Amino acid sequence: MQQIINFIIRNKNFLLFLLLFGFSLLFTIQSHSYHRSKFINSANFLTGGVYNSLNNISNYFDLKSQNQLLSEENKRLRSLLQSHGVAQDSVFIDSLMFNNPYRFYTSNIIKNSYSLSNNILTLNKGRNDSIKQDFGVISSKGIIGIIDKTSSNYATVISILNTTSRISAQLKKTNHFGTLTWNGDKPEFNQLIDIPKIAPVTKGDTIITSGRSSIFPKGVPIGVVEDFQLDQAENYYEINVKLFNDMTSVEHVYIIENTNKEEITNLLSNN
Amino acid sequence: MNSIFSIHTIRFIALVFVQVLILNHINFLGYINPYIYILFIALFPVKNNRVILILLAFLLGITIDMFLDTGGIHAGASVFIAYVRPLVLKTSFGMIYEHQTIKFNTVDFGSKLTYFTLLTVLHHIVLFSLEIFSISKILLIFQKTLFSSIFTILLSVVVTIIFSRTSK
Repeated sequence: MQQIINFIIRNKNFLLFLLLFGFSLLFTIQSHSYHRSKFINSANFLTGGVYNSLNNISNYFDLKSQNQLLSEENKRLRSLLQSHGVAQDSVFIDSLMFNNPYRFYTSNIIKNSYSLSNNILTLNKGRNDSIKQDFGVISSKGIIGIIDKTSSNYATVISILNTTSRISAQLKKTNHFGTLTWNGDKPEFNQLIDIPKIAPVTKGDTIITSGRSSIFPKGVPIGVVEDFQLDQAENYYEINVKLFNDMTSVEHVYIIENTNKEEITNLLSNN
Repeated sequence: MNSIFSIHTIRFIALVFVQVLILNHINFLGYINPYIYILFIALFPVKNNRVILILLAFLLGITIDMFLDTGGIHAGASVFIAYVRPLVLKTSFGMIYEHQTIKFNTVDFGSKLTYFTLLTVLHHIVLFSLEIFSISKILLIFQKTLFSSIFTILLSVVVTIIFSRTSK
């Protein structure tokens, strides 16, 4: 017994090092598996507060370009409204809430990240704004990611620039669908895999979300085909997708809630 | 004792804030960032207890990780260099370290540079190995280590020169 205690006292530095290094490894491995990083995330009071106060200052710097983006989106939405010919004199129905499974929330990104291999963003909306895990996040130009952790006022987002991110996507012109992934290389490109060989892919085709995952509605724009080749088994295409979004400069985003999600997952788990 | 304690608390907080609010947004050429928070571990008093340094390094790393959402990679790398620091001290300073009389303000520039270089390279190798976490991308690990190390070493040397108190 005394020898054991002596051994511990003699090697206390090494044992402490092993213990703490083991903790770090544990956290690291957890952060590499999807939805598992439990303890260490930036959606807490301290980090969220610091990032929020920094963002209050730094969002003045790109006010002009962000305003430009928003006014362009307004223009597009207004022309859509015109072309659909909404009758001006009919009874007002809140079309956002009526018979629509998707509900939208606005938010700001207070921490952006794109240079790591597992990028995670932080938003300034949280549980108090009824944001929950697995809500989709898009910007005016296209897809951003999926909500991971939430605290009362902040939420973290698994960006599409994350090697663990898997999002169902399809070609716009046909219904061939695959999985959108990232290889950790360039922030302008994502990789669309598992598109069957029979699909008529050409350079410049638009890629959109497929609506199969009950997170994103169908038709959220992602990007265009930059180049493509067959994978090693020669059965599926690997497509390099140039993103519509400039992931290095995003600020205003929309969070999408699918109000039918629970029903869908219950149905699926019962089978 | 009290003033030393407060100096290191201030240094800890200041380095964390500088790191997460300024240096992580540099992204030079897309991915090169300096990580000068390791100055806290490098400049920690030599005479102090190693256990305290290892614990503080873990705390420092986990704080950075919390801000960057990176799991435990900074904590792992910091704990590693805190543990191997005596070895690095011995190789870069030799005799002075044996006599326990190092003052980081007074040692000559060459050995100080060796000391920073060794610590930085060790830290960055562990950091990027944990971040990328795949042996097949070992070239990317070395590439990131090399470029970020150059940046970190340059910045650490500049910072220590600016903040050194022996003005000649």
